[in-house]
Amino acid sequence: MTVLSLSKALNEGMRKAMEDDPKVLIMGEDVGKLGGVFRVTDGLQKDFGEDRVIDTPLAESGIIGTAIGLALRGYRPVCEIQFDGFVFPAADQIITQLAKMPMRSLGAIKLPVVVRIPCGGGIGAVEHHSESPEAYFTHTAGLRVVACSNPADAYSMIQQAIRSDDPVLFFEPKRRYWEKADIDTSSTDWWAPLHSARTVRPGADVTVLAYGPMVKTCLEAATAAEDDGRSLEVIDLRSLNPLDEPVVMESVRRTGRVVVVHEAPVNSGFGAELAARITERCFYHLESPVLRVGGFSTPYPPSKLEEHYLPDLDRVLDAVDRTFGY
Amino acid sequence: MTIDASGASPELVQLLTPEGERVEHPDYDIDLTPEEIRSLYRDLVLVRRIDLEAVALQRQGELGIWASLLGQEAAQIGSGRALTDADMAFPTYREHGVAWCRDVDPVKLLGLFRGVNHGGWDPKEHNFHLYTIVIGSQTLHAVGYAMGIQRDDASAATIVYFGDGATSQGDVNESFIWASVFNAPIVFFCQNNQWAISEPLEKQTRIPLYRRASGFGFPGIRVDGNDVFACLAVTRKALEAARTGQGPTLIEAYTYRMGAHTTTDDPTRYRVASELEAWKLKDPIERVKAYLFKNEQGDQAFFDAVEAEADQLGADLRRRCLAMPDPEPLDIFDHVYREPHALIDQERAQFAAYLEGFEK
Ligand SMILES: Cc1ncc(C[n+]2csc(CCOP(=O)(O)OP(=O)(O)O)c2C)c(N)n1
Repeated sequence: MTVLSLSKALNEGMRKAMEDDPKVLIMGEDVGKLGGVFRVTDGLQKDFGEDRVIDTPLAESGIIGTAIGLALRGYRPVCEIQFDGFVFPAADQIITQLAKMPMRSLGAIKLPVVVRIPCGGGIGAVEHHSESPEAYFTHTAGLRVVACSNPADAYSMIQQAIRSDDPVLFFEPKRRYWEKADIDTSSTDWWAPLHSARTVRPGADVTVLAYGPMVKTCLEAATAAEDDGRSLEVIDLRSLNPLDEPVVMESVRRTGRVVVVHEAPVNSGFGAELAARITERCFYHLESPVLRVGGFSTPYPPSKLEEHYLPDLDRVLDAVDRTFGY
Repeated sequence: MTIDASGASPELVQLLTPEGERVEHPDYDIDLTPEEIRSLYRDLVLVRRIDLEAVALQRQGELGIWASLLGQEAAQIGSGRALTDADMAFPTYREHGVAWCRDVDPVKLLGLFRGVNHGGWDPKEHNFHLYTIVIGSQTLHAVGYAMGIQRDDASAATIVYFGDGATSQGDVNESFIWASVFNAPIVFFCQNNQWAISEPLEKQTRIPLYRRASGFGFPGIRVDGNDVFACLAVTRKALEAARTGQGPTLIEAYTYRMGAHTTTDDPTRYRVASELEAWKLKDPIERVKAYLFKNEQGDQAFFDAVEAEADQLGADLRRRCLAMPDPEPLDIFDHVYREPHALIDQERAQFAAYLEGFEK
């Protein structure tokens, strides 16, 4: 067992992947000597050299576009987008090319590209540094979209993402980078499949669905709810596309109540997809509508206001209360 | 072809040496009265003080982050003082010196970094656009604005600021193309401070940046970015060319970021100390001071007075920064749209009710 922070777990995971497969490359702005602005790639360039850990020019479209070319040539690039808000200059390459080229080739092409995106708020940053752009990408067919929430998953999921022959958008909860956990790095027995959801806390009354940074918040809410005699089941979705539906639906059928929590604006967010799917599959099991807790339909606010914008324990509990009001 | 890293190429326009000697240039000479030179000196010192005070405020937890302009004062004051009121400036997030020249209250710059707002000034009031954090985005806005000036037949130009790193972005390259084919009245002002966070210039280009312009079809010029006279002269001429229908110019101000990229950066991980030491000898303020001394255009009383003014400005900025109120929770919903918006109204009402629940 090794104690690793989430960021170090990603680092170790990438290191393993690079050792196992000489085709794995790391690329992005400041990923070399600096080790990335969050130090997630710390030390990798020192150990694997500048040809495998590539400091790129400051151009996101360029990063993804050339990663596509490298992948066409048999490499497995792992691209770092420095902050969530800077994925948009790369959106063209991700949406129009990365997501679609394999199908256009009738399967002749594989594009094993991982796009790592530190996401979400809560670190007191300036604008464009705290966003949750996942729904733009779950809306794009051809991409796999996953989000890790804890060090162990970060460690296993990044390796699985790198091994995947499909493009994977890999969301990392930046405000959880410094959280630590014990990880068994000697075996893969404990690894869950990349696209599986996990029940991180069993409960009987309400199913709480979360991913990435919100998993911890929901676990705290579940602990607090216990005092009110309410038993929350918290599911970490881990994968947004594809979604592990059976785990979600089994839980909902048991509890009859659902609260979905994410940081992104509720309007047209990933929670809308969940609510619709749950309503379709579990209509007769529901005791109340699926409720969503998330950001407002406003740009991410200046940092002095982010505590109000971001779902916290109280807002989750408030939604839990409301599910009992029907 | 590799870059002349020293920057001491023959093409570099310089009017004032690091030792404070005035040098002539056939194309860019400039006549400055002693009064004007003292005024430039004052600007340099005051913006450095604003910057240092902001760094200190960040260290004390009053600002979330700060992007320091240390070392880039001459590039910003020189170019900023070349602007007329009718000209429009589009900054990045580091143009505190240009903001100063545009009479933007320095405390307003702090709002974004303190996290109380995303901008906080009206760009029209000072013809100084909002800071832009997404690298390179503003260059296209600036070209569009310049195309507007062109259509209005106005006697004005646009200047847009960006860093060496930004020249790699697609947007910046597209802005060059637009400006060129539409002959837009714009000056591209690149502060080449040698670094884009940890990435040295060599990671963005293999040729001196000013030479890029020729490939797009307009002139490029490299100026000593630590020489306020040269920056003023070169920018003035480029703006005048823009105003008189001669189209865009790219100015590469060759300078150096003496501090960290921002207060969250750690340059010791990627930069050798000797580089900084070498650049300290080219300090933009010291050379003007040396010039004034040598030419007996500034005495100790003058320098002391500027210093005292800087102290006061710093103290005032600190006081007003601390007094900047936190926004109210419901402010989140303000100004998202200009016209009423049902979804926002609904969310505001819901959130207000939710907050009231706590007060009971
Ligand atoms: C599109 C985009 N990608 C990444 C970043 C993160 N970032 C902020 S500043 C910076 C370096 C900018 O370097 P340069 O353009 O040379 O300007 P400087 O800050 O040195 O003045 C980076 C990578 C960003 N703000 N926008």
